[in-house]
Amino acid sequence: MARNKEALVLLLDVGPSMHSVIPEIEKVSSMLVEKKLIFTKYDEVGVVLFGTEDTDNELTAEVGGYQHVVVLKNIKVVDGDIVEAVQQLPRGTTHGDFLDAIIVGVDMLIKKFGETNKGKKRMCLVTNAQCPIKEPFEGSKEEQVTTIAKQMTVHGMKMESIILRGKLSQDANKKIMDENDRLLSIFSTETSARLTYVENPVSLLGALRTRNITPSTIFKGDLELSPKLRIKVLVYKKTTEEKFPTLKKYSDKAASTDKSATHEVKVDYEYKSSQDPDRVVPPDQRIKGYRYGPQIIPISHAEWDAVKFKPEKGLKLLGFTDSSNVLRHQYMKDVNVFVAESGNTKATLALSSLARAMKEMNKVAILRCVWRQGQANVIIGVLTPNLSDKENIPDSLYFNVLPFAEDVREFQFPSFSNFPAPKQPNEQQLEAAANLVKMLDLAPQGKEEVLLPDFTPNPILERFYRYLELKSKHADAAVPPLDDTLKKITEPDDDLLQQNKSVIEKFCRSFELKENPRHKKSRHLWREEILGSGKDQGKGEIAAQPSNLIEDKSNVEVENIGDLTPVQDFEAMFARRDNPDWVVKAINAMKNKIYDLIEDSHDGDNYSKALECLTALRKGCVNEQEPKQFNDFLRDIRGFCQEKNLHSFCDSLSSKGLTLIPKSEAADSEVTEEEARSFLVKSEPKVE
Amino acid sequence: MDYEPESDDPFRDDDDEPDSHLSLEKESTKEYVVYLVDSSPKMFNSTCPASADDQKEESHFHIALSCISQSLKNQIINRSYDEVAICFFNTREKRNLQDLNGVFVFNVPEREFLDRPTARYIKEFDRVEESFAKDIGSQHGIVSGTKENSLFNAIWAAQALLRKGSAKTADKRVLLFTNEDDPFGSIKGAIKSDMTRMTLQRAKDAQDLGISIELLPLSHPSEPFNVSQFYADLIGLEEDELADFMPSAGNKLDDMKDQLRKRMFKKRIVKKLKFMIVDGISIELNSYALIRPTAPGAITWLDSVTNQPLKSERTFICNDTGALVEESTRRFYPYKGQNITFTMKELSEIKRSSTGHLHLLGFKPLSCLRDYYNLKPSTFLYPSDEAMDGSICIFIALHRSMIQLKRFAVAFCGSSSRAQLVALIAQDEVIQSGGQIEPPGMHMIYLPYSDDIRLVEERHSEKSGTVSKASNDQIKKAADVIKRIDLKDFSVCQFANPGLQRHYAVLQALALDEDEIPEIKDETLPDEEGLARPGVVRALEEFKTLVYGENYEEECEANSKPSEASKKRKAQAEVATKECENYDWNELADTGKLKDLTVVELKYYLIAHNLPVSGKKEALISRILTHMKK
Repeated sequence: MARNKEALVLLLDVGPSMHSVIPEIEKVSSMLVEKKLIFTKYDEVGVVLFGTEDTDNELTAEVGGYQHVVVLKNIKVVDGDIVEAVQQLPRGTTHGDFLDAIIVGVDMLIKKFGETNKGKKRMCLVTNAQCPIKEPFEGSKEEQVTTIAKQMTVHGMKMESIILRGKLSQDANKKIMDENDRLLSIFSTETSARLTYVENPVSLLGALRTRNITPSTIFKGDLELSPKLRIKVLVYKKTTEEKFPTLKKYSDKAASTDKSATHEVKVDYEYKSSQDPDRVVPPDQRIKGYRYGPQIIPISHAEWDAVKFKPEKGLKLLGFTDSSNVLRHQYMKDVNVFVAESGNTKATLALSSLARAMKEMNKVAILRCVWRQGQANVIIGVLTPNLSDKENIPDSLYFNVLPFAEDVREFQFPSFSNFPAPKQPNEQQLEAAANLVKMLDLAPQGKEEVLLPDFTPNPILERFYRYLELKSKHADAAVPPLDDTLKKITEPDDDLLQQNKSVIEKFCRSFELKENPRHKKSRHLWREEILGSGKDQGKGEIAAQPSNLIEDKSNVEVENIGDLTPVQDFEAMFARRDNPDWVVKAINAMKNKIYDLIEDSHDGDNYSKALECLTALRKGCVNEQEPKQFNDFLRDIRGFCQEKNLHSFCDSLSSKGLTLIPKSEAADSEVTEEEARSFLVKSEPKVE
Repeated sequence: MDYEPESDDPFRDDDDEPDSHLSLEKESTKEYVVYLVDSSPKMFNSTCPASADDQKEESHFHIALSCISQSLKNQIINRSYDEVAICFFNTREKRNLQDLNGVFVFNVPEREFLDRPTARYIKEFDRVEESFAKDIGSQHGIVSGTKENSLFNAIWAAQALLRKGSAKTADKRVLLFTNEDDPFGSIKGAIKSDMTRMTLQRAKDAQDLGISIELLPLSHPSEPFNVSQFYADLIGLEEDELADFMPSAGNKLDDMKDQLRKRMFKKRIVKKLKFMIVDGISIELNSYALIRPTAPGAITWLDSVTNQPLKSERTFICNDTGALVEESTRRFYPYKGQNITFTMKELSEIKRSSTGHLHLLGFKPLSCLRDYYNLKPSTFLYPSDEAMDGSICIFIALHRSMIQLKRFAVAFCGSSSRAQLVALIAQDEVIQSGGQIEPPGMHMIYLPYSDDIRLVEERHSEKSGTVSKASNDQIKKAADVIKRIDLKDFSVCQFANPGLQRHYAVLQALALDEDEIPEIKDETLPDEEGLARPGVVRALEEFKTLVYGENYEEECEANSKPSEASKKRKAQAEVATKECENYDWNELADTGKLKDLTVVELKYYLIAHNLPVSGKKEALISRILTHMKK
């Protein structure tokens, strides 16, 4: 690990024009240091600020000049001190000279390491490059920059520059910016490092690689076009999912005074015979079995080795095909990249000509890959060209894995054109949708593409590492909410929505969304409902089941009655035993819901739902011995319907046989059997 | 409110990382399927032209059987818990639970009528056609003059088979293969209407019990299957579904097989999603996993003596005290020399990022979707009006606009296992020879974050300025090669996975106690013959010469010259060999003085003799002694 340790000097512009983005710079640089603390804790980091009021660096002392450059932290092995330092950067007062800062950084690296640590010396410049750099004593600025860049190459230093532009740089002098851009591009070509322009805070967080992973080859060898023509290639991972860190299980059994306690939990697996649960079967008495239908077929490792599929290592071309024959959604996994063997110019040329020809002809190559000898399976994949527009970066090919016949499920879906007319959008709706698609634009012309994956950090990981740092100081800290910058990844950007307010409003006006009244009738949900409520089926054996389910539901703590599953919500509230008030609350909420449903109903489309609710309410009131609540309510409903001329609802009541709760069902009831039966019958003459 | 309670366990991917995203598919319900195969003489007489160049014709009966056989083989691999029964009707012999005439349930020993398919079942079924006439026999079912109604009997028998299990936990389906669109065509009058009514009632009763009846019609180009004649009523098709049901009949054999196969699958919704387009407009989508890698089934550990499955038990032991602990509710992460602990609640809180299921953020031109923006298989989205009327309309409008404007949508998918940015690509329907090749809808592609992308190309940049790019001539020659080696009809997934095929071939052979394991053809190997065609060879040769010059072979040799590391290794070996000569190893070994040497010295010997240098000092010494045969 120590062999690969890296020395990094952060060169941060803190001048006045940078103040608005300093919070983001603080976040991204502290994240960088935090990740080093976790993944590469022997790395060294130094921090240089420029545009500061003060001046504090060795070069000033030695040769003079280099004003307003402060060495905040000298190069040292990463620690909490550096994290804290970069979390509270001072706000500077002067226009910084980035070249001065670079020279100070170079000087620090040379003094600290001399000739050693070659290739692992890196600088990272974050600035908006709005202020001109000083004229050199002799020669042009270009010459001066070239000299420094050459020096850096000699010492094996690389520099990565992140330049803030667009919204992040305010009114700036275009001429100066252009000059600075030109100067900075010299560094990037001379030291072959990244030069990145970012226009919004999100991409600033993503642009600086907070964790530097050295890519490793997954294959080195020949790409075989035919047995007679092989191209030497290296295959790397281009994307790999950076997973949420795996946390270990914590054991608090050790005494708190025990300093050497690991607090780890060991997981032990034991295999036990199914006949004799006390007998542990040792590893050498176990044999692997594979399922084949209901059978399990035992097969030993040696047997398996003898018969299994053993493809030869190698990459073989199957052929080329039109790019339209491979669809984007058929890519199966993370992506690899094929580059020519380094230093092999002929292979580079061969790959380049193939890539360029494929691009021109709109073709892709289909490949059969076996990365390692002994790999259990072959992989079929597609090569697509990746042409480089930079002089010093070679052309390469991207490789995506394609599915086999077994991996595809060919479901059929109805054609959109077969839907009936009401489901088809009309002219005006199509226009509203087209406008939305056009205007809610994340890649506006001439501006930076918003949420470019290459510059968008993972908000969840970001949040985890920040919380980790916070917890290291305050163990009881609560999980902080996503900050505004990260919210721009998870939610639509307010500015964009504001700009397109009229388009969005038009879109909303053009379409009508309505909760489907037939919803409940659909088979799927109907089934769910039986599961959820388990009513209407007598008591007996089924009774035990619904109560379980209700408990499940109450685990999620339903606190109100929603639109989609009012019956289930009601029952969940009813089942809550933590407070007797829930029953009353549930009854009241249900009453309101029923009123809403009846009132909002068009041509009775909500009636069935309302009736279901009413049925549930009745059942609940019987069970909880609250007959009065229900009886009063039902009378109210009848009155309400007559008042509003909603006769058809009363009709549905009688057809469903929903009536008052008589004494026979709930002892507290004051309603007689007779009264209950005649309740709805009586209502009819009144209605007419 | 969500459409359904969040089913993802927020903690899941802490413990079982592998494939957490692939196991989205819920396996909670089983499927019980009864295949009803019409065996009337018409099924044997009607044929289907195999393909344009091949004059061999196959009977409808054969087509139905081969589709079922294929689906069984698929099922035993993928969904081996599902249960099936195969039931012929219009048969001479009878075998069924109710002893009904004209219905014959196919089965093998050690298996109930409706049960999981076994290796033997599949194998016997493949042979059923040979002995069909002898053992089962075909006959006209519904003829005038008798009261016999074989279709009625078949549905009733199927219903009886499906009595098992409750409709809550299992999907019950009847798949009906027939080429007779008018089963009561041969009779007339009151008897006909009576029988029709009874049969429809029987079907309706079955459907009321939660059994769905699906029709797989076989037809002939000259005689298309008319669904509205009778079956539309039986399976309950609505007016507007009719057009959708019968694909335009291209009716080549392969197409028909394709279509039947697609119909046999039950569409499984992975998840219902709420897609928030703008504030106040959320539509309902169903997501489907159309492409997922199929892996050989999981391993079950068996007792090698009894071959009985073993139960695995997991225990948690405190590393410090050795005490048994309960499944711990706290996790920790080492940071800055301390153990930072988290409660499970805090961890799930960190992962919770957005309220909506799918949140639209904006649109980008398709050209912005680079080829390396991919992490895992895509998910297919199709709208549903089930709970929210208007969803389909909005979806179609967006879908059409996105295709027209060549744009894709960027959205945030707030699932708790991995909250991710996704690209939604509108996919137009693709129909080829009457069958749907690509369904209309949107594909959800999971985008990487900057943390997931490696900057490989930049690391490969040349420090000294420019790298060579191909010249126009070279590109032209490469283009010639591409033209020559063109896969015209390439379609993704035309290859069977040879590893998997082999795996199951082995299992099947072992399950049936067969000695020979059938050879599996590896379809993924390049077409050597094709590559040896003179035109191809010439194009490749020209390209090679232009890029590599005349001496490609030498070039290759030269290029395989040792790398830095191997040079170093070589130098080391030389040094070691030289140093090695300074010791009298025999004597040192004999006098037992090897242990007095340092590890570095011992390694001289090992390197010089090309032996491994790993291990502790004792290991090195014993390795030397073994080598010296002492």
